[in-house]
Amino acid sequence: MDIMSLTAVEIGKKIKNKEISVVEAASACIDRIEKLEPDYNCFVTVVDKEVILENAKKIQADIDSGKLTGPLAGVPIAIKDNMCTEGILTTCSSKILSNFVPTYTAEAVLKLKEAGAVIVGKTNMDEFAMGSTTETSYYGITKNPWDINKVPGGSSGGSAAAVAAEEVPAALGSDTGGSIRQPASFCGVTGIKPTYGRVSRYGLIAYGSSLDQIGPIAKDVTDCATILETICTHDDKDSTSYDKAADKFTEALVDDVKGMKIGIPRDYFAEGIDEDVKNGVLEAAKVLEEKGAIVEEFDLGMVEYAIPAYYIIASAEASSNLERFDGVKYGYRTSDFTDLHNMYKKSRSEGFGPEVKRRIMLGSFVLSSGYYDAYYVKALKTKALIKQAFDKAFEKYDVILGPVAPTTALGVGESLSDPLKMYLGDIYTVSVNLAGLPGISIPCGLDKNGMPIGLQLLGQTFDEKSIIRAAYAYECTRSYERPKQLSERGL
Amino acid sequence: MTITDEIIDYVGILAKLELSEDEKEQAKKDMSNMLEYVSKLDELDTSNVEAMSHAFPVKNVFREDVVTNGDDRENLLANAPEQKEGCYKVPKTFD
Amino acid sequence: MSKTYETVIGLEVHVELATKTKIFCGCSTLFGGAPNTHTCPVCTGMPGSLPVLNKGVVEKAVAVGLATNCTITQNCKFDRKNYFYPDNPQNYQISQLYYPICRDGKVEIEVDGNKKFVRIHEIHMEEDAGKLVHDPYSDSSLVDYNRSGVPLIEIVSEPDMRSAEEVIAYLEKLRLIIQYLGASDCKLNEGSMRADVNLSIREVGSEKFGTRTEMKNLNSFKAIARAIENEKERQIDLLESGEEVIQETRRWDDTKEYSYAMRSKEDAQDYRYFPDPDLVPIIISDEWMNEIKSRQPELRDEKRIRYKEEYDIPEYDIDIITNSKKLADIFEEAISLGAAPKKVSNWLMVETMRLMKEHEMDADDLKFSAKNLAAIIKMVDDKVINGTVAKEVFEKVFADNIDPEKYVEDNGLKTVNDEGALRKVIEEVIANNPKSVEDYKGGKEKAIGALVGQTMKAMQGKADPGEVNRILKEELAK
Repeated sequence: MDIMSLTAVEIGKKIKNKEISVVEAASACIDRIEKLEPDYNCFVTVVDKEVILENAKKIQADIDSGKLTGPLAGVPIAIKDNMCTEGILTTCSSKILSNFVPTYTAEAVLKLKEAGAVIVGKTNMDEFAMGSTTETSYYGITKNPWDINKVPGGSSGGSAAAVAAEEVPAALGSDTGGSIRQPASFCGVTGIKPTYGRVSRYGLIAYGSSLDQIGPIAKDVTDCATILETICTHDDKDSTSYDKAADKFTEALVDDVKGMKIGIPRDYFAEGIDEDVKNGVLEAAKVLEEKGAIVEEFDLGMVEYAIPAYYIIASAEASSNLERFDGVKYGYRTSDFTDLHNMYKKSRSEGFGPEVKRRIMLGSFVLSSGYYDAYYVKALKTKALIKQAFDKAFEKYDVILGPVAPTTALGVGESLSDPLKMYLGDIYTVSVNLAGLPGISIPCGLDKNGMPIGLQLLGQTFDEKSIIRAAYAYECTRSYERPKQLSERGL
Repeated sequence: MTITDEIIDYVGILAKLELSEDEKEQAKKDMSNMLEYVSKLDELDTSNVEAMSHAFPVKNVFREDVVTNGDDRENLLANAPEQKEGCYKVPKTFD
Repeated sequence: MSKTYETVIGLEVHVELATKTKIFCGCSTLFGGAPNTHTCPVCTGMPGSLPVLNKGVVEKAVAVGLATNCTITQNCKFDRKNYFYPDNPQNYQISQLYYPICRDGKVEIEVDGNKKFVRIHEIHMEEDAGKLVHDPYSDSSLVDYNRSGVPLIEIVSEPDMRSAEEVIAYLEKLRLIIQYLGASDCKLNEGSMRADVNLSIREVGSEKFGTRTEMKNLNSFKAIARAIENEKERQIDLLESGEEVIQETRRWDDTKEYSYAMRSKEDAQDYRYFPDPDLVPIIISDEWMNEIKSRQPELRDEKRIRYKEEYDIPEYDIDIITNSKKLADIFEEAISLGAAPKKVSNWLMVETMRLMKEHEMDADDLKFSAKNLAAIIKMVDDKVINGTVAKEVFEKVFADNIDPEKYVEDNGLKTVNDEGALRKVIEEVIANNPKSVEDYKGGKEKAIGALVGQTMKAMQGKADPGEVNRILKEELAK
């Protein structure tokens, strides 16, 4: 039996049934990481082997004594490197945090640890989550396990690629404008971006605070629902944390969509969408219709305004959120400076990469005197209109179905030269963050080049259950497809 | 709108970023392109729309006025690039 | 011929609120403490940390707003004010620009018998910055974040003041209101109350305002008065010599009695305010506002009326006593311990004022307890000590708040009430001062004073002057 080909919940079950031990699961994970990392570079930091095994033993003891009984007890999990982990380097894939070891752990990670998950490492990402390819990382690009000449997507590219490569059964990602869903789509795995407020942001290094949400990336819907159920809690350290008890998301793992109303926005299939992607997604809609869902097309509206609004809001918030990286309290400080402001400028200019600087410059500009109303306030008003458009749609539909991205994974280096082109790839994902909605990305076949296509299902605020149910029902009609490279490597 | 050298320099002061000449040229181009692109929002009539900060209404989230934190100085300072006498050390400030 | 100018002054007053914890985290606000020992990830701006608002800050800010006749913004928000400085760990300060918690208030001030209103433009809540100390050994600065995140309100006045006297009257009025509310101790020297002065000048009769400057680093009322005078002269000199006043922030150096511009090209003064996405709106319902109002303690004006009704003391004394919450508290507590209002008032008005003046102290700095003052009054009432001894004991109580009863006991200051002993001393005094005796008997009644003095001296002050007088007269009549 290959432990690493199992899902997180399957590993958890085997541990519970004493078919395998926590140490065996952790060892299998470490072996796989050691074997594949030189090729894929999914991690910025892998936790020390001894530390992982020591921790695995402790968790085993807690399972044996009946203290840990949950589905994730003993399961190895990876964390995107923008979530603080006490005692473990946390870089945001940036040079400016190349030496930052937090003294506290992000609330979502804490919940996983309390459930007995074994944290094995910190995954690579676009620097400060700014990007859609994981190419802006200071720690090298992550390769797509389906084709190492392709990007894994981003910004949670390391998490998605690590799951696809079976280096870990599951990982946490974060999603500000599609950063969980798009890499999940590019890597042929499943990811959920929960409703804004569902998962505490405490300890998540902010990019766009009003848009950021943590969520799971795993091989299937069951894993994602299980992890989500574990990390969704009200946290009084986060003022924007939803104060109602978390739903039992796993109760929505039901193979039944009879009568479910699914809307497909016509405006998602206008121009720019890849033919294979379009067909893959519409094929999936047909499958759901055959299972009893009521599927129809409609006009969502506002689609073309989401990206401009998103980039103004996200850049503005980022320009402020990233001011704290200044070489005073933590992180990188330039070695050579003349005075305070020179120290600030050099530390930041040397510490941040080009994409981060680009967004900080844009964000600072749109907030500056004389431009605030024209750009920032306008974007917030657009956000309100986008939310209204979704609200109207959800009066009619339980779920909105569409593609995650207009294309499958792009070639390495293809989009870096033209930032605007890269931004346009976010067209189906960013509006979800603006409206605060939950969204899931699940694989729905391969394109002509054998690259995975992602299906996106969106739900009304706090209605993760509907999208989990629809995704699960769809998933039941297919079997999980691994990257061929794994089999070719004899894995 | 046209992004001039002055604007780039000014934004650099605000954002505390020092760009090389090449980076400045690139920044001018990128920012112009982006601003032109986002000017698409001008098509929308938003005169009667209220700006939305959060997508759903949350309000009145408070802490009670109770001390919960102790002294964690050593841990917090451990990440400081330079420290002295329990303080973060920085280049000389004017006041 | 030179023109006549008028000074136009508006104030930005920062007040540290007396909450137990900081505005956005559970760190203590206690003053002092070793550097950075009252800090956590939130108030040191660690990545991923998030602010959660202290409810007590909102309630205190609303209380101040209500007491200064402001309209409360029932749907208010926090904004980020972005600027880089090492005392500001996030490099943005969480403050309020677009929806400050209070607006459009006013307070009445009185200068030389003239009353006027100073309007309050707004009051907003914000977080304090850390402290920077210059390290001469390394020629660098050291940052202490203990004060970072301490809650502040900033009270912004309209440019309604015309002189240093009005400014100080306004500040004293605010201080009194806020102290009575218990919202802050308002100590200028400790920085829990700070005033920035916005000043411009214009020709008398002109409707238009001149260009204003903002003066910072004013740590006492005296410094404020000096800085206003100095800045007024500086601006007049500029205008008279045909130059222009530049809108800028200046820093006052009180030892040099001089201010300098704080300009730097790195200081763009473009704060890029925007709503803080980490915090949510604050909705202040009518119920909540009424609840805060109902908890409002008795303020000065109410106290004045009540004192007039309840106690038989002069209105002038009432004014002085209620002009400091500290004095009013001592007054009321001493009375509750049984001392007569009139006597407490006398001690405060005479001896306390004299010693305060002598030591250049402020009523806020008074250290003695009402209990010890009441004990002195009781000892005098019970004739345990006489008035002169009482004054001597009070000086000790004033300085160190010692236990007066113990002090009297330890130093043997009790009045000697043995009439036989006293009469014996008096007989000796009469025998030794024939000149005074003769004068007295010759009709110079004042001459008895010298004899009383001699007797008190012989008794080492431990006699009751009334008794001494009585017995002297008896003996002299013999």
